[in-house]
Amino acid sequence: MATDTVAVAPPKRLQWMTARITGVIDETPRVRTLVLDVPDWPGHKAGQHVDVRLTADDGYQAQRSYSLASAPGAAKLELTVEMLPNGEVSSYLAGEVRIGDTFEMRGPIGGYFVWTEALDGPLFLVGGGSGIVPLMAMLRQRAASASRTPTTLLYSSRTLGDIIYHAELEKLAADGSGLTVIHTLTREQPAGWSGETRRIDRAMLEQTVFAPALSPRIFICGPTPLVELAARDLRDLGHAAQRIKTERFGPSGK
Amino acid sequence: MSEPPISRGFRGRGSGGRNARVPPGQHLVEDFPVLSAGPTPEPDLASWRLTLEDGDTPLGEWTWAQFNALPQTDVTVDIHCVTTWSKLDTDWHGVLIDTLLEACGLSEPPQPYVLVHCDGGYTTNVPAEDLLDGKAMVATQFGGGPLDPEHGGPARLLVPHLYFWKSAKWVRKLQFVDPEVPGFWEENGYHIYGDPWREQRYDGD
Repeated sequence: MATDTVAVAPPKRLQWMTARITGVIDETPRVRTLVLDVPDWPGHKAGQHVDVRLTADDGYQAQRSYSLASAPGAAKLELTVEMLPNGEVSSYLAGEVRIGDTFEMRGPIGGYFVWTEALDGPLFLVGGGSGIVPLMAMLRQRAASASRTPTTLLYSSRTLGDIIYHAELEKLAADGSGLTVIHTLTREQPAGWSGETRRIDRAMLEQTVFAPALSPRIFICGPTPLVELAARDLRDLGHAAQRIKTERFGPSGK
Repeated sequence: MSEPPISRGFRGRGSGGRNARVPPGQHLVEDFPVLSAGPTPEPDLASWRLTLEDGDTPLGEWTWAQFNALPQTDVTVDIHCVTTWSKLDTDWHGVLIDTLLEACGLSEPPQPYVLVHCDGGYTTNVPAEDLLDGKAMVATQFGGGPLDPEHGGPARLLVPHLYFWKSAKWVRKLQFVDPEVPGFWEENGYHIYGDPWREQRYDGD
């Protein structure tokens, strides 16, 4: 799998930079997008993440990793953060912060879970909850570059109100570029819901993924059980392990 | 270095309970998070082999049964993941790298660096001396039971004094090399050595 990686030249040293919050978008009751101004931002690729470091007025610091939500060329840099139970950093970023607040950030980090429009093969994205964030950066990059790479997103949320970027996903799926978005709601479905209604499983993956002969590039991001299951099932369905890239989100991971 | 900007209103858990066993930038967790770059390989103990090589020259090879017949060691150690979680007092069982070298009739490593090879093509690099004197093992048990596949079972490297990506899951081969060969994450912007106490997370740290 080390041979199938997008080359990203690492910067000489990742410096801590000051990010200033210029906008706040409440995506769902528990998920917030922070629009940031980072003066010396070196640029990034879709799928990469950053480390965020918060400093309290008594000097106490806490540090976590978050995926970048914005496309590489977008005018504004965006992070999307899910508030986790007892999340020391996430409860601040998705709760207390206001426009004008600052924190430290460094990145971009990771040259592996990365997509660019130059990569061959159709694109199959599997997301669970806030695992959508790096996948959204890929979809935004795909749209920004006017790529017509055949793409399917299979996205699992608990309820309709928990779907992050819902309106934007609808818009992207309707733009005629070859993007299909399939939602599954695992906990509660509104009346008349026409999407899937159960956790992502092998049958759902088999029904939605491109044929192995088309060698789709597969990116999976979400809670560990979803990622483990989807990666295993896709491999068992005949997809090469080298084509399957995973990232995990959770209380202690990203 | 200039003072970091204060994040207004951030208190966090505070430095009062700061544990001297937790390296800078890390926080404690109780669970055992999983991080891997691709699918978890199916364990197949019948075909499992662990090999040691000096460059391309075989030094030793063990089947699962042979490996488990080697002298075993138990350790209790703290582990530190580069994604900022640390976990204290984790219990592992396996075979020290010292024991593997001894079983090959070697009193010291044949080359100064090791490239660790795993199922799925993952690699990582470690200086040989970081694997000696009881500092590292190939672990087959965690917390008193067999190591789960998602945590690297049937066997993973355990080098607890370095960031945990060095403790490669699904380990199959230790190749002694000179010069050092960067592994998978090390090629992808992560630090060549990875000492959590010096916060060597990324290239250049």
